[in-house]
This record gives sequence, C-alpha cells and structure tokens, in this order.
Amino acid sequence: MIHNQTMIDQRPAPSNTLGPVAWLRANLFSGPLNTLFTLAGLYVLYLLLVPTIQWAFINADWIGTTRDDCSREGACWVFVNARFTQFIYGLYPRSEIWRANIVFGGFFTLIAWLAIPRLPFKRWVAVFALIGFPIAAYVLLHGGYFDLPRVPTHRWGGLMLTLLLASVGMIGALPIGIVLALGRRSNMPIVKSFCVIFIEFWRGVPLITVLFMASVMLPLFLPSGISVDRLVRALIGLTLFQSAYMAEVIRGGLQAIPKGQEEAAAALGMTYWKRMGLIVLPQALKMMIPGIVNTFISLFKDTTLVMIIGLFDLLGIVQAALSDSNWLGFSLEGYVFAAFVFWIFCFSMSRYSQYLERKLNTGHKR
Amino acid sequence: MLNKKHWVLLASAGAITLTGAANAATLEDTVERGAVQCGVSDGLPGFSAPDGDGNWQGLDVDVCRAVAAAVLGDADAVNYISLNAVERFTALQSGEVDVLSRNTTWTTTRDTTLGLNFAGVNFYDGIGFMVSRDLGISGADELDGAAICIQTGTTTELNVADYFRANDMEFDPIVFDTSEQTVGGFQAGRCDVLTSDTSQLAALRIQLDDPNGAVILPDIISKEPLGPVVRQGDDTWFNIVKWSLFAMLNAEEYGVTSENVDEMTSSENPDIARLLGQDGNYGEGMGLEADWAYNIISQVGNYAESFDRNVGMGSPLEIERGANALWNQGGFQYAPPIR
Repeated sequence: MIHNQTMIDQRPAPSNTLGPVAWLRANLFSGPLNTLFTLAGLYVLYLLLVPTIQWAFINADWIGTTRDDCSREGACWVFVNARFTQFIYGLYPRSEIWRANIVFGGFFTLIAWLAIPRLPFKRWVAVFALIGFPIAAYVLLHGGYFDLPRVPTHRWGGLMLTLLLASVGMIGALPIGIVLALGRRSNMPIVKSFCVIFIEFWRGVPLITVLFMASVMLPLFLPSGISVDRLVRALIGLTLFQSAYMAEVIRGGLQAIPKGQEEAAAALGMTYWKRMGLIVLPQALKMMIPGIVNTFISLFKDTTLVMIIGLFDLLGIVQAALSDSNWLGFSLEGYVFAAFVFWIFCFSMSRYSQYLERKLNTGHKR
Repeated sequence: MLNKKHWVLLASAGAITLTGAANAATLEDTVERGAVQCGVSDGLPGFSAPDGDGNWQGLDVDVCRAVAAAVLGDADAVNYISLNAVERFTALQSGEVDVLSRNTTWTTTRDTTLGLNFAGVNFYDGIGFMVSRDLGISGADELDGAAICIQTGTTTELNVADYFRANDMEFDPIVFDTSEQTVGGFQAGRCDVLTSDTSQLAALRIQLDDPNGAVILPDIISKEPLGPVVRQGDDTWFNIVKWSLFAMLNAEEYGVTSENVDEMTSSENPDIARLLGQDGNYGEGMGLEADWAYNIISQVGNYAESFDRNVGMGSPLEIERGANALWNQGGFQYAPPIR
C-alpha cells in the first residue's frame, strides 16, 4: 500500500469565495431576483446622485463675494461663504467676536476633555464644566463686567445660540428629569402627585405652545417694569419641557431594575439616597443611554423652534439672511448648509453614545 | 357670577392697562436707556433684514433709526427686536418694544381695539400683478381670462376674486402653498400672471431665472397702508414717531438730503430753516432739541433716499415709487408742514 506521507499543501481558497468578488456574489448577486434588485437600486442611486453631485460640487460656485459671482447653474456656496460668520455668531457685534471664540474654544475643549478617557482630573473638569464654565461663558458673552461692553441677548444667534440652548437644555433637563422620575415612583403622595402632574402637563402641550406662551402671554401677566429676557424665557420653557420627557425615559430605566436589588440594599441598612445613588441609578442610567441620547438629539433639533419667538438660532439666521434683498433666491444652499451642520452634531452625539454603551457594557449586551 | 372667561378677560385687561400706564413716559425711559426699543420683522426683503455685517437694513428699519436720531441724536442707538406676525402687537402692548415698524397694515380693528396708534404710512402697499414681458400687457384691465398663480390662504386670493368680479372679467386661479412654489409655477409657465403684494412681487421677481423677462404692472387693486405703530396713552411718543416720518417726507419735498443738509442749514427758504431748526424750535413741543430733524436727515436721509436705498431703484428690488411718490409728484405721500 502506498501511503501519501506528505500533507497536501495549503492552497488559497477559490477566488470566488474570497475578497470583494465573493462579497458581491453573496450579498448583491446571489440570485436572479437579488441581481435585479441590485441593478434597479444602482440605477436609482445613479439618478439621484449624479444631479446632486453636479449641483453641489461640479457646477457649484465657491469663490466670490456677491450674487453676480454665481452662475446659477449649480449651488452658490458664495452665499454661505459670505454669511458664514453670521451663521456662526448671529448678530453678535463683529468687534466682540473674540469673546464668543473663547467660549467656543472652552466649550469644545471641555467636551473633548470629558470624552477622551486618557485625560486626567475628570471629576474636577466636570465640576468646572457644570459650574465655573457657564458663569464664565455668561460673563464673557453678555459683558457688562470688567469693562467688557454689554451685548444684549437679542444680538446672540447662529450656531452659538443653538449650542447654548441645547447645552443648557441638556444640562438642566437631566437632573430635573432624574428627580422627577424618582418622585414619580415615590410612596409619598404629595411628591408623587406633584411629579405626575408636572410630567403630564409638560408632555401634554406641544413645545411650540410652550414657547408661544412664554413669549406672547407671559409678558402680559407679569407686573409692569419686570421683563424677563426673551432668551431666558425660551431656556426655561425648553428645559422644563425636556425634563418631563427625560423623567419618563429614566423612569423606564428604573422600572427595569429588579425590585430585589433595592430590597437587598435596604436589608444592608442603606438609606434611600444611597440605595438610589449606588445601586439603582447607575444601572438604570447606563441602560437608558440610547433613550437619553435620543431625547438629547431631539432637544438639539427642537431648538430651531425658538425661531418663531424671534430668536435667531442657526436656522433662524439662515432664514433671515435669505431675506436680504442682495441674496434672494438662494434658499436651497442656506437650508442644505443648516441641515449639514445639524447632521454633524446629531451624528457625533449618536456615535459618542454608542461608544459609551460599549465602554460601560458589563455583560448586559445580548 | 363671573365665569372663567370673564376672569381671563379681566386679568388681561388689568395687565394691559397696568403696563400702559407705567410706560406713559416712553421718551424719558428711552433717553435713560440710551436706545430705542424697536420691533422689526424676522426678515423681509427691503423692509427689515440683517445685512452681511449683522446690521439691520430696510425701509422699516429706517423708521426706527429716524426716531433714534430725533430722540437721542444717534441713529444707531436702536435695539432691534425681531417679531413674528402673531406676537408683534403683544410685544408693543407689554412694553417690550416702543415702536413697532414691521410692515403692519393700518386697519380699523388694529387701530381701535388693540390699544395702539398708527403713526403714519411709510409704504403704500397693495395687491399687484407680475406678467411675462412677452405677453405685452400694460395694465390690469387686459387680464381677462388669464391664468393667475396665487399663494393660498392669503387675503390676496379673496381680493383678486373681488377685483375680477367687479370688473366683469374671468380668471383661472392656480393656487400654491408657499411663495417659492408660486414663483416656480410662474417660471414653469403654468400661469400668465403672478399676484401678491407689490412689495413682495419685487422680491419674487428677483428669484426668477430671468428677472428681466417679467414686468410688474403699475395697477394696485387693494389698500394695504403699512406704517409704524405705537402704544395708546403716550401722546408725546406718538408725536415723536409721527413727526420723525413727516420730517423725512418734508425733507424730500424741500430737496434736503443727507448730502446737502449742512449747506441747507444756511438756506433762505423759511420751510427749510424751520425744518432744520434754524428758525424757531419745533422740537420743543415733543421734548426734543431744535436739531431733531437735522439729525434724522443727516444720519438716515430723506424719504426718497431711504426708499431708493432699500426698495427702490438703488436696491435689487427696483420697486417704482408709484403710490409712494410725494403728493406733488402723483403719489399719496403727504406730510403736514412744519410750522
């Protein structure tokens, strides 16, 4: 008997089971029907993409200062370019923009510091971000102290205002939401009914109504001589509104923690706040990250509604710029720009939340 | 027994009177604050819109600037509050703004029931027609049987129907939701005529691919007098706003412009001498300095300059003076004399 003593040499897999070709075969052309769908899909993509790319890039005008620099065959990014400063800072005085820049710089540095795991002193930075920075930002932006000229809030606008509304709303809504959620599950009847009424009231009215009440009705009912700043009214309305939604998201997380855990903690002699702070909330909040970020993203986009009470957020300032008689007829470019900026921010938030979920994952993932 | 509705009415009436009474001294408050609180639109081409540097520009904005120049001697001392159509009157009633210059039509209801006063007319608007130049139409009476693009939900729709019925003509309405769609319909040739307020027509015309291919007919078929508004109950402030506008109109009538105002101070013409405070002090009755009108004209310009710069031939809108010409040039703009 002849035995083949040597092993057969390893050979590469057949070329049609490896690499892009195999991927294409498996996913796009695995049968006549799928091939048909793939081709039809490619054709639709072609129909959509080619004119879009031609409009946005190939035929677009990028350089110039006036509408005459645009050929009108493609997008006129000259408009966005000419108004870029305004889209970012609103009507903030040009000579004072350095103040807004410092705040922007601080804002993004703090966010990066808190988001990048390697950097030290997280706790102190977080305390500064929540207490010191807002005060510093207010003093810088509003002025009136240390010889800084006052810039009234009706001149604030653009992306700066959008970020301000969104971050104040988020930072305010989360703690209020947690308190409301705990209150709603409380056994104390007054606390419980207050939280239920608060949540159901704010969830029962549309945000646009809240803003209208704040801007149209409130001034009529306030005693004369007392006027609350427009921006402050919008901020309070937005925060209370979002905190009601946040409360329900967090309550969902609280419901998901088995009652036995809390009972076990109580059996160890922990007080209510220890039980909540050390056992229940950390788990509940971690579980609810997708829901919380969802609420944050919707809050970020809801800030555009302040446009109807005459505050120029990013979308509002784009619309105001569109009504400049020197730039009539470029609405598409303006709206595409606004959409792009909003997309960048919302997408970043979404990616960060996914990263956070993976990082905090301790075995719940299925 | 008072029901709930009564309580709300009482409460709001109380709130309005309170603020009204407290704001009777608008002039003093303005001087103390150092700036005029002026309500403008949130963006209306030619009337009020921020320019590239963030400064407000427009015909309505110039009214605010004129009041600031008269009261404070500085046309830039204005806080612009942008208001939408719904909240504009509340903002004025509650004292958030002291002048509302936001292309507001003067009507009986607004003048008599809201606790407000209209201080004059800075633009005579009305519904007009834009037609394709190729049609060779020169007047609205030639529009019998035309297909007309209209934006839905506006009073324009009703007014146009009234006009055609009154003149025994037929028309075919083609209705769109937004102004962009209306322009698109006109552009695509779905109608022969596009109708809207004349102040808006000019802005719509610019958005056409070929603006010169369309003409705006001179006819105006409805009355939409637009003007600045103030609160009732402060006649001094009412007079200041009213006469700031009149000063601009008188300056145009006497040929005083921002360019020549300094030479004109030595003019022999008694009308000009009184306007510029060289002969008597006509600002005294309003609590202003004698040079109140001089400040307006030197910093803002006369009505013709303002019109031309913002909506007229010197602007992209190129609106004809038409009804807004002075009374001695075939229009309606007429200011009482300064005497």
